Amino acid sequence: MAGVLVVIEQRDGVIKRVSYEALTAARTLADAMQGSVTALLAGPPGVDASSLGTYGADRVVVAGDEQLRLYQPGAYAAAVVRQARQEAPGAVVLSATALGKDLGPRLAARLGCALASDVTAVAVDQGQITVSRPAYAGKALYRLRITSQPCVVTIRPNSVTPAEQRRTPIEEQMPAPALDDSVKTVAIKEPPGAKVDVAEASVIVSGGRGLKEPANFQLLEELAAAIGGAAVGASRAVVDAGWRPHADQVGQTGKTVSPNLYIAVGISGAIQHIAGMRNAKVIVAINKDRDAPIFKIADYGIVGDLFEIVPRLTQEIKQLRAG
Amino acid sequence: MPLKIAVCIKRVPDTETRIKPAADGKSIDEAGVKFVLNPYDEFAVEEALRRRDGAGGGEVVVLSLGSDAAQETIRTALAMGADRGVLLKCETLVPDALAVARVMAEELRGGAYDLILFGKLAIDDYNHAVGPMVAELLELPCVTAVTSLELKDGAGIAEREIEGGVEVVEFTLPAVLTADKGLNEPRYPALKGIMAAKKKPLDVKPVQLSSSGIEVLELALPAERKAGRIVGEGPDAVPALIEALRHEAKVL
Ligand SMILES: Cc1cc2nc3c(=O)[nH]c(=O)nc-3n(C[C@H](O)[C@H](O)[C@H](O)COP(=O)(O)OP(=O)(O)OC[C@H]3O[C@@H](n4cnc5c(N)ncnc54)[C@H](O)[C@@H]3O)c2cc1C
Ligand SMILES: Nc1ncnc2c1ncn2[C@@H]1O[C@H](COP(=O)(O)O)[C@@H](O)[C@H]1O
Repeated sequence: MAGVLVVIEQRDGVIKRVSYEALTAARTLADAMQGSVTALLAGPPGVDASSLGTYGADRVVVAGDEQLRLYQPGAYAAAVVRQARQEAPGAVVLSATALGKDLGPRLAARLGCALASDVTAVAVDQGQITVSRPAYAGKALYRLRITSQPCVVTIRPNSVTPAEQRRTPIEEQMPAPALDDSVKTVAIKEPPGAKVDVAEASVIVSGGRGLKEPANFQLLEELAAAIGGAAVGASRAVVDAGWRPHADQVGQTGKTVSPNLYIAVGISGAIQHIAGMRNAKVIVAINKDRDAPIFKIADYGIVGDLFEIVPRLTQEIKQLRAG
Repeated sequence: MPLKIAVCIKRVPDTETRIKPAADGKSIDEAGVKFVLNPYDEFAVEEALRRRDGAGGGEVVVLSLGSDAAQETIRTALAMGADRGVLLKCETLVPDALAVARVMAEELRGGAYDLILFGKLAIDDYNHAVGPMVAELLELPCVTAVTSLELKDGAGIAEREIEGGVEVVEFTLPAVLTADKGLNEPRYPALKGIMAAKKKPLDVKPVQLSSSGIEVLELALPAERKAGRIVGEGPDAVPALIEALRHEAKVL
């Protein structure tokens, strides 16, 4: 009869899509444990939380305070721990985002319970939670049984498809916990024209040294725009060369991504790059070298000069979209 | 003001390693695997050395939890310039971050460190967790995945990458930080450093890990991707690719 507590993320007062993924995973666990789902939202006052019922929350608890607009580790952890102590859930579920990767371990330490990070699948087996999670940069997959109650689970973005399971949740307010004076988030610096992050995008167009020079990434920006809402990623070679920011790097020392579609352009497919994107649902490779290792893991490949192929691809997708 | 800094470092398989599950089906087969200092921990060691030297003195202590083989990892950090090492010796490591954090926190407690540094994550378990857990257990302020750091008068400002932006975080010392790529360029140990490292103190302390409630059922290779195909050559292959993406893969 254990329930599940889900930590909902907002940015600028808008709930993030990854939170519906976390809610969906929480619903799976709660149904198997015959418990209910509580969604906890910390953020500024007045966030529209009505969508949380759509994705299966039975109860919504809001800590709404201007001081919680940005992620404040101490206060956020205090809010979740307070709710967890009240409800004694079977699991606390977060998204494995920058926030969740910071908050999840803090919660597990405060609650004295097990943490499973970056989980791609959850289940309940004979009353106990089991999870799958990649390790060794995606070169291996752990199946773990969790024996502590509660436990903290962070769900890797794009690994669970949000499923609508309409409820009419009870909404409650929680007084905002005090900020921790010893560590305070004071600002978020956003690059101009804030873009989709590779870790969250459902389509990624990635470029490597084959692009020849930084200005040519414009070709990939155009392709990403034609597809719509796609992010532009990069190999380490071009990040190290200073062509692209580190935030865009995909791979073992960059981001691990699992989009629906990953298009690798002028990327050879080194083992450290593949480690970061092998969980993409569909991989496309465009490379002039027929023997490039990237073709070994690609679902579809085109051999040839990217400077001829990419513009054509952009053009045809535009036509398709104009339909 | 001299700075006393601890850095927690882990011995992990090199990024080139091809992973093969061991006979027990729950861990990796270590035969023939080359081990290195966790790449993110290199950033942490480098930062500690620069901060110590910038402060005009102090001490950098490196700690590793693991088997005797981790002594080699500690020697690598000593060769980079750390002052002394501590091996918290256990037979086998488990992918249980809180179990690891509890042992590390016990060792660090009362050490009067100004800074305790970690890597953002260990490239074997990818837990991303031991640093912030230790901070919570020691009730110290913590910033994770730091890409830029300024310290002044017992306080600091750190930047960390988040989705589509950078968070700016202010904190007070003593503090726990976890290092991300971009924080610095780690040095390679010089021959002189390697020789000096042999003579630096390295304590070995046996420890016991106790599970926080994680049990490994299986470690397996991920499902092979089914073989793909080359749809064609040059720009004329584009229509065939779009056709496949729309009607076969259904992702466009
Ligand atoms: C510890 C460690 C960590 C690492 N972490 C990462 C990581 O996180 N991410 C990562 O990506 N790498 C990582 N690497 C680096 C990795 O080993 C490779 O060096 C890197 O991925 C190569 O980048 P690339 O594919 O862009 O360049 P290259 O290997 O140089 O490949 C360029 C490709 O472009 C093709 N090409 C050239 N011109 C054209 C054209 N006109 N049209 C079509 N194709 C063309 C070529 O055929 C070639 O295949 C790491 C390495 C180490 C040692
Ligand atoms: N066995 C260990 N010994 C020393 N430090 C460790 C160990 N395991 C993890 N760490 C530290 O914690 C960081 C994060 O590891 P993890 O939470 O396992 O991803 C690493 O970068 C190290 O700084």
